[in-house]
Amino acid sequence: MRQIIIIGSGPAGYTAAVYAARANLKPLLIASSVEAGGELMNTTDVENFPGFPEGVQGPDLMTKMQEQAERFGTEVVYDDVESVDLTGPIKTVTLGNGDVEQALAVIFATGSAYRKLGLSDEERLSGRGVSWCATCDGFFFKGKEIAVIGGGDSAMEEATFLTRFASKVHVIHRKGELRASKIMQDRAFANDKIEFTWNSEVVGITGADAVDGLTLRDTVSGTESSLPVGGVFVAIGNDPRTHLVHQQLDLTPEGTIAVAGRSSLTSQAGVFAAGDVIDSSYRQAITAAGSGCAAALDAEHYLSTLPTALLAQAGDTELVSAN
Amino acid sequence: MTARSVTEANFDQEVINNEKTVLVDFWAEWCGPCRAVSPILDQIAAENADKLDIVKLNVDEHPALAAKYQITSIPAMKVFQKGEVVKTVIGAKPKPQLEKDLADYLV
Repeated sequence: MRQIIIIGSGPAGYTAAVYAARANLKPLLIASSVEAGGELMNTTDVENFPGFPEGVQGPDLMTKMQEQAERFGTEVVYDDVESVDLTGPIKTVTLGNGDVEQALAVIFATGSAYRKLGLSDEERLSGRGVSWCATCDGFFFKGKEIAVIGGGDSAMEEATFLTRFASKVHVIHRKGELRASKIMQDRAFANDKIEFTWNSEVVGITGADAVDGLTLRDTVSGTESSLPVGGVFVAIGNDPRTHLVHQQLDLTPEGTIAVAGRSSLTSQAGVFAAGDVIDSSYRQAITAAGSGCAAALDAEHYLSTLPTALLAQAGDTELVSAN
Repeated sequence: MTARSVTEANFDQEVINNEKTVLVDFWAEWCGPCRAVSPILDQIAAENADKLDIVKLNVDEHPALAAKYQITSIPAMKVFQKGEVVKTVIGAKPKPQLEKDLADYLV
């Protein structure tokens, strides 16, 4: 048995691991098999993470965080968590390869997943012009007219990035103004390849074998229109990834894992949560990192209150397995 | 075992005229999910060497083939039998899910 398991490998997970490892808790971090590093792995320039005046590439930042966590003794496993049992003092985590890990404390830093539009043609045309990853797929839309759906920072970032390839990028937004930060808005407004379609929601994606257009509905007048595009990038937000715990932990009305006040304490003793999975308002790399730090400190404090017999169990097994 | 790379020059020989079932992994250096799924495909290839050939095609170096197979999202994994695409899987997925998607070709 271990003292602590951290689930997730974004800024929250790795920061929690740095703190837990420096506290000599020898954390096991479950990084995921195909999404290790989290959302920043599909981001190019990160310009707002303090300490990088010239900006840093998302994947480079995550590699550095991982190295920092490993330097102090974090063990990283590239697998997915199949299920968890969080009841009682000993928590059980089952991995995709069938391995069962146990620990006295668990930190959930599982982040969030791209939200879908929920249209039937979205699934059908996924990989045929519908995409959620501009950095992966922008390349295939050279010289084409495409659309980005959304009005937040990620939508502006994707739209701006996609102008490297596309002849024109239509930004489709439900409202009359953007939610994105000022600097991202200004950059998009200044780009003459980006055209905004306001107060419009996407009610259909058309195309037999590949996307050939969108059906839009004006949210003010209700009028429907069609917009011919060869590709569509969906950036309408994220949903916290709570499928592992929704029967076991309290959630908020927004769908995030509920935590007590500004802490990382969930409704279950010994279970902590950090990053986007508890945050529906800020969702930044730096707020996730700060939240991961808080979770590790909360977990460290929790472990210090446990009976020595339990702690010895975590320690003993480790000594045995080390031999 | 690392899946071997195919090119425009040997695509016919390695894929189209291959008697075995072949999975072509359309990928690129700058695609994070492609790098993530690559070792998983290597494992599947090693465990199913008798049933399935798995090869990689770099879309950056071979845009004509990417265009021919209408690739707009990567990683794109296309299964070929007798020169025809019989199955397409889009996006990096964990090994158990990929094995499920490819179940018909792993038996």
